[in-house]
Amino acid sequence: MKVELTVNGKDITAEVEDRTLLVHFLRDTADLTATNIGCDTTSCGACTVLLDGESVKSCTVLAAQADGQSVTTIEGLASDSGEMHPVQRAFHTEHGLQCGYCTPGMVMAIVSLLKENPSPTEEEVRVGLEGNICRCTGYHNIVQAALVAAASSGQEAAQ
Amino acid sequence: MSILGTRVIRTEDPRLLTSGGVYVDDLREPELAGAVRATFVRSPIAHALITGIDASAALEQPGVVAVLTVADMTDMPDQVPPEPEPEGVPPAEGPMPLGGLWAEPLLAVDRVRFVGEPVALVLTDSTYQGEDAAELVSVDYEPLPAVASIEASLAGETLLYPDAGTNVCVRGRGEVTDDSIFDGCEVVVEGDVVNQRVACLPMEGRSTAAAWVDGKLTVWASTQNAQIARLILTAIGLPPEAIRVVAPDVGGGFGAKIGIDRESIVVAWAAKHVGRPVRWVETRSENLLAMTQGRAQRHHIKIGGSKDGHIRAYRLDVVQDTGGYARMSGFLPMLTNLMAPGVYDIPAVQAGYKVVLTNATPIAAYRGAGRPEAAATIERAVDWFAAEAGLDPAQVRRLNFIRNDQFPFVTKTGAPYDSGDYEGALDKVLAAAGYDELRAEQRSRREAGATRQLGIGLASYVEITAADGAAGETAKVEVHDDGRATVYTGSSAHGQGHHTAFAMLVNAELGIPMDRIEVIHGDTDLIPDGIGTYASRSLQLGGSAVHKAAIEVKDEAAKHAAELFEASESDVVLDAETGTWHIAGDPDKSLTWSQVVSAADQGLIVANVRFTADRPTFPFGTHLSLVEVDTETGKVTLLRHVTADDAGPVLNPILLEGQRHGGIAQGAAQALCEEILYDSDGNPLTSTLADYAAITATELPSFELLTSETPTPGNPLGVKGIGEAGTIGATPAVHNAVIDAVSHLGVRHIDMPMTPERVWTAIQKASTE
Repeated sequence: MKVELTVNGKDITAEVEDRTLLVHFLRDTADLTATNIGCDTTSCGACTVLLDGESVKSCTVLAAQADGQSVTTIEGLASDSGEMHPVQRAFHTEHGLQCGYCTPGMVMAIVSLLKENPSPTEEEVRVGLEGNICRCTGYHNIVQAALVAAASSGQEAAQ
Repeated sequence: MSILGTRVIRTEDPRLLTSGGVYVDDLREPELAGAVRATFVRSPIAHALITGIDASAALEQPGVVAVLTVADMTDMPDQVPPEPEPEGVPPAEGPMPLGGLWAEPLLAVDRVRFVGEPVALVLTDSTYQGEDAAELVSVDYEPLPAVASIEASLAGETLLYPDAGTNVCVRGRGEVTDDSIFDGCEVVVEGDVVNQRVACLPMEGRSTAAAWVDGKLTVWASTQNAQIARLILTAIGLPPEAIRVVAPDVGGGFGAKIGIDRESIVVAWAAKHVGRPVRWVETRSENLLAMTQGRAQRHHIKIGGSKDGHIRAYRLDVVQDTGGYARMSGFLPMLTNLMAPGVYDIPAVQAGYKVVLTNATPIAAYRGAGRPEAAATIERAVDWFAAEAGLDPAQVRRLNFIRNDQFPFVTKTGAPYDSGDYEGALDKVLAAAGYDELRAEQRSRREAGATRQLGIGLASYVEITAADGAAGETAKVEVHDDGRATVYTGSSAHGQGHHTAFAMLVNAELGIPMDRIEVIHGDTDLIPDGIGTYASRSLQLGGSAVHKAAIEVKDEAAKHAAELFEASESDVVLDAETGTWHIAGDPDKSLTWSQVVSAADQGLIVANVRFTADRPTFPFGTHLSLVEVDTETGKVTLLRHVTADDAGPVLNPILLEGQRHGGIAQGAAQALCEEILYDSDGNPLTSTLADYAAITATELPSFELLTSETPTPGNPLGVKGIGEAGTIGATPAVHNAVIDAVSHLGVRHIDMPMTPERVWTAIQKASTE
């Protein structure tokens, strides 16, 4: 079947198998490989992307379901001039990543979380990340990065 | 000021945070254009004979390129025939797999020994086609009774290797039968402690791509050791020089990616056999069936001492479940035996082990590899002993520590501890946590009969890191005539931050800016000689190699600088702050690295170093865990986790803390929630992430870290390993905390993982006794 998606601002039209998962569409058709696959039961969140601004696990959405919609992956998060998003920046300064495999999904999940709740408590961040598994960081610095990103976004918004 | 010891954020991160890492499935190398997808057909039965394989239906499916079984491996070298072992040979203590009649085939031959064992390989044009076709490969199994537990294995009614006549494949030399060591002990406690089977669970599972081009095989593998992987791959009948192994970005390892597994060897062989590039990326369900798992030990312990808290004797008897194949022979329980007495000066220690086969996924290294098991049990035993003697567990630890003036100290099990300050670590943690106040709060909740009881758990640990220091690690440092440096390391990063750490070492020595230093690892064409990353060895061995190579480069550069200055070599100095060369006492004249190296042959200065250490190192620390247990539901909440860890001088606190955070989470996960389970027929019950209780952010607090720095004399940086401290210290601290919370209700022990059901049941059982 034919699907038309906007991925990171770019229109992509492709003929795909009906059963094609969004994550495979992104990786194989759009050739955007930052979004990783970490499980096959919608448990780990490594494949989290934004679909029309809402975070989804792209292993559990068919490309067909995303037809006509807009997808943002971590490759599309930085500004046009290449400046990192506050969440990306906070992951860097707070050492919120080690092997990097869960990172794109974690970052997208936090972008979405902060959109819904711009100044979360630590507890709210932890609950918000329940669907994203990291095996390297013990979550300590990921949570810290989310809080730092929230604070810096708040400051930027205030300026 | 030197960069060493400062908080340098990672050079690796911008790429990982913007375009993402390049893991095996992300490779777009031209050699892999048109690569076929590999899908394994795996045994659905724990123990069975294979009586036939029919691939005809699968072969008719669209996109199927080949279905391969062991019968197709006629172009492989013959396996070395088993050699009978003479009587009285010492135990095989690995970490190599057992050979001979215990040898593991690449694809199942006529018998399967665990659910998930690879039986056949399907090659297809696309991933989805592979899953469809693999389901149509028809394998006839004749089921055998399954050996699904340590008890069933020891009973020996069913043998996994009938020719062996036993399910016990390795026995340690240690004797655990002489009870006289407990003579005169006023307080004696005896019991079983289970260290359950857990998943290593790197977020990227195993993956391998291979291409056979012009008589050379290139293998991209998600591995902790490209060079060891190359050595293992020679099993397919190629000399090392005909194989190139590349470790691209690797999404975590935790010990389960040391070397390369049988599936990856099959994929490499298949690329050569069919003459097309092949790529295999396992699913999580496959990963939880067939990637090696960790721990899986059952301990029987006895501990005795005086009423005033002095421990006089300790015995540890280990049974290691190795799963269907002995991938590491006796290595893991050997380490558990070696580290049995932990941080204590115990006059009499006995430790023994046996390794038994079960119809389960093979066991290998998992973050700590045999050492967390030792710490988990001695720390539980000390708490047991303290409870029996009616003493404070902190006080009992303090009484029995090896004292600072006793180092170097050789334990009764033969571990040569280098340096330590065990009491210092305990004191730091107790002070930071507010131990006395916590005990007071605990007392008041107990007196009030509160539903939510407080538990305080301690674990003081010591671990052995870089136990194979004699194998060492390699480094090559080059400085080019444009003033840039390149570091080639045999060590292998998969999240630890090697590139940042090693660049800092070069910057500190040579003054070349961080952004002009490139670190390269994991390519056997560029770095044929290396060991890789495991056992917390990277900084102490790989880092020391880089450090020494940088010094050699500096010494060589000094000669050229002297020539250019027309001065004596002894008058030439490098300002490591600015990376410029001067004549001593004359700061006005200076030369840049670019100018100095331009005077060298071919505009390049190179140093090659293999650093070896003649002794292992022994990091140590104390963890304190504070938990709340809901006595009505059994639910445990981890409130605080405070640690004092000491791995010698700190290169980069950010990286040090990151390693500790991750280890603490994995350690707490073992104590609280994670366990691989099988039913009595050997069917896995936890083969997806929906079933396996991987710990998440919601179950954990932020951690409170204290650091001290006791150097080792074992390497020029004075550093020890920090990678495994978390899993070693955290598991028993959390374990002890939960039991401490309910000990006043009569609970003496709860096995891990301490799920609400287990905690609740233990409380109920104690209240009816």
